[in-house]
Amino acid sequence: MHELVQRLLDGDRRAVARIITLIENNAQDKEQLLRELFPHTGRAFVLGITGSPGAGKSSLADSLTSYYRKQGLTIGVIAVDPTSPFTGGAILGDRIRMQEHALDKGVFIRSMGTRGSLGGLARATKEAIKALDAYGRDIILVETVGVGQSELDIMATADTTMVVLNPGTGDSIQTIKAGIMEIADIFVVNKCDRDGADKMAAEVSAMLDLGHGQNPNWRPPVMKTSTLDGRGIPELVEAVSKHREFAVSSGLFANRRAQQLKAEVTETVEHYLKELLWQKAGASGEMDKLLEDAAQRKLDPYTIARRILAVFDG
Amino acid sequence: MEEHKIRVLVAKPGLDGHDRGAKVIARAFRDAGMEVIYTGLHQTPEQIVEAAIQEDVDVVGMSVLSGAHMTLFPRVKELLDENGADNIILMGGGTIPEEDIRELTEKGYAKALFTPGANTDDIVAWIRGVVQ
Repeated sequence: MHELVQRLLDGDRRAVARIITLIENNAQDKEQLLRELFPHTGRAFVLGITGSPGAGKSSLADSLTSYYRKQGLTIGVIAVDPTSPFTGGAILGDRIRMQEHALDKGVFIRSMGTRGSLGGLARATKEAIKALDAYGRDIILVETVGVGQSELDIMATADTTMVVLNPGTGDSIQTIKAGIMEIADIFVVNKCDRDGADKMAAEVSAMLDLGHGQNPNWRPPVMKTSTLDGRGIPELVEAVSKHREFAVSSGLFANRRAQQLKAEVTETVEHYLKELLWQKAGASGEMDKLLEDAAQRKLDPYTIARRILAVFDG
Repeated sequence: MEEHKIRVLVAKPGLDGHDRGAKVIARAFRDAGMEVIYTGLHQTPEQIVEAAIQEDVDVVGMSVLSGAHMTLFPRVKELLDENGADNIILMGGGTIPEEDIRELTEKGYAKALFTPGANTDDIVAWIRGVVQ
């Protein structure tokens, strides 16, 4: 067994941190690490938090962490912020809102840059969840990049997903745009201390009357919270528990997990296949010649693709 | 293909509330392609070290304008060592007199210290040089 995996299983937080780095960096040991972590995963409950920038995702993660800690549960937090497509750099600032838990050994917080991923999570987020899961965290909060209308990765990653909205941030048309409506298991109108929270909640509710999500038996509740004074947090936790119970009893939970596994296997096969292909095709040196022919319009890209794939023949 | 991205924790320890310098430097690191974890104001040495460990950073950069550098740098270094995180490079900047810089760097409490007016390109180049 990899020394780091052993240390992680023994509860060494430095090993957890190191493993996440190696996974993120696509290090040579990555596959071995993930293989050995896998048997120890599947126990944590993964709670996704998504919403536009400044909606209060980090503050909500902070409030939820406090609440769950009081119940004696251990928490992992993965907070994703955008990587600049121009420089590859990132400023990861989600910890600012979570300083209260900085010294609590029952809370492990990790910030990640998207590093080129577009779906609201980093490519390595799912794998980092596995590390925290194997580390024995009861609940893993995953906070997406603040984008708002297209970060659907979280749905394929979390057991329960909450979409965070604010009062006064656009009419009801914003809420019925594709995506947001379908990915929410729970809606949260955060900053409910501000004017317009009731109106916002009513509008979302009215939209839900017209139909919701992929599951006819679960109507996403619309919760109102304020992280300033903690209003609505116990009710939100209650809503999460209810969704969890529903998901388990209705088979949704097992179904989502099965789909996630299938997607992971498919992605991994495709990834390896790609590597194998370019290893084989690259070695033959035929590619450059074919491309030259294409440049002179003697061959088309489709014929070339077929010829390259012929390395798998026989 | 392995890609090592430099991760830096930019921290503001202690009581001074001036974080403009820290933000300028955080931005310079970002523009240099690094991942910068920014934790906000009024951090204790314990909080800084715990964040550095969980985030598995290569470098901790502390901005100290309060005059408490002779306490803060040795304390953070001590905590890093105690937690087996002595591989993390501790550096910083702020209004720190020449003789204090000499003492802190000679005793190994900080690998390098930069003062107001330092060129951000030089700091970036220095980090790239020490993180292998």
